[in-house]
Amino acid sequence: MSFDPILLFFVLGLTSGLIRSPLRLPNQVYELVSIILLLAIGLKGGVELAAGPFLPLLPQILVVAAMGFVLPLLAFPALIYLGRLPRVDAASIAAHYGSVSVGTYAVASAFLLNLGVEYEAHMPLLLVILEVPAIIVGVWLAKGAAARAQWKTLAHEIFSGKGIVLLLGGLLIGWAAGSEGLEAIEPLFFDAFKGVLALFLLEMGIITASKLSDLRRYGIFLIGFAVLMPLLSAVIGGLLGLALSLSVGGTAMLATLAASASYIAVPAAMRISVPEANPSLSLTASLGLSFPFNVLIGIPLYLEWAKWLHG
Amino acid sequence: MLLTIVTESLLEARLIQTLKSEGARGYTITDARGEGSRGVRSGDWGEESNIRVEVVCQADMAEHLERCLQEKFYKDYAMIMYSQPVNVLRPEKF
Repeated sequence: MSFDPILLFFVLGLTSGLIRSPLRLPNQVYELVSIILLLAIGLKGGVELAAGPFLPLLPQILVVAAMGFVLPLLAFPALIYLGRLPRVDAASIAAHYGSVSVGTYAVASAFLLNLGVEYEAHMPLLLVILEVPAIIVGVWLAKGAAARAQWKTLAHEIFSGKGIVLLLGGLLIGWAAGSEGLEAIEPLFFDAFKGVLALFLLEMGIITASKLSDLRRYGIFLIGFAVLMPLLSAVIGGLLGLALSLSVGGTAMLATLAASASYIAVPAAMRISVPEANPSLSLTASLGLSFPFNVLIGIPLYLEWAKWLHG
Repeated sequence: MLLTIVTESLLEARLIQTLKSEGARGYTITDARGEGSRGVRSGDWGEESNIRVEVVCQADMAEHLERCLQEKFYKDYAMIMYSQPVNVLRPEKF
């Protein structure tokens, strides 16, 4: 079996980080690369949304949003009782694991494309939906229902965040322009997608390597959690995919979405809304371990799980 | 006085809002990197980058801003502040 080259880029970044190479993607380039990825994912979903009616998707949207509320509620007790973490830290980590990682999604979509496995084209919409509920649950868990959280600031932080603006913006542009309208910009957003993803993963490898050294500091519980929580979430995501009668590819995608842990939208929102929580704890878990685990091992596993579910 | 604040770039919007509402007439922001008690702030990506905010103002205003920011942000965020006397060309501006 030949390796997917984009994963090798991730390994290259990881290796160069571990041998302390000064290699870095310049900050602005990393920004640009992630903007292109977010827009490309949005555009692709938008084109497909334009092709079919919207109403039949509504039950899926509701179920997926419910999953976004439930996942952090499952993670929270484990973090509090097994991990003996302070309440705010447990809430913040739970929010990270209930939300999604666009990077992981992008790798999964490239992986399925490579194998020729089709998946429902409106997945980017579910991706957007899943970003939000976990953040609300996380803040609620940290502050308690009675306490006055700054919901207005939080809402602004969530919906004005880069991820949501670009994904939703891409969806709308794709939807309005349709596939013919987008032909002119296809070379950048669709044809170059894997090349851009490779660059993104190179940098992610470097960042992951810088987090790995922190991992030792936080001990065995966090390491176990960062691997087991994605697996549990993937089991739930896969079952929901089956219940919603998604295709094999769609089920694998939903399992991947459930398993992935946020490292952009949630850290920013938590830093503003739950500043007492230690940001390096949750970032170390989600970036240092869960992201590489999902990308290198998880995604193929989730596809097998989806295939098994569909008999 | 020149008041210099080094903090998380995530705070930029709230910090500027506070500075302005407390009476600062202007500010200058640059991207920054470094390491301190809250770990390396490598500036590699948004969540781990720092900014350095500089405000030129009268001594009493500098003290007032220091107190406000300390009260508001010191507990939960990575932030340091220091001030020093500076010569300026048009004192009436500040």
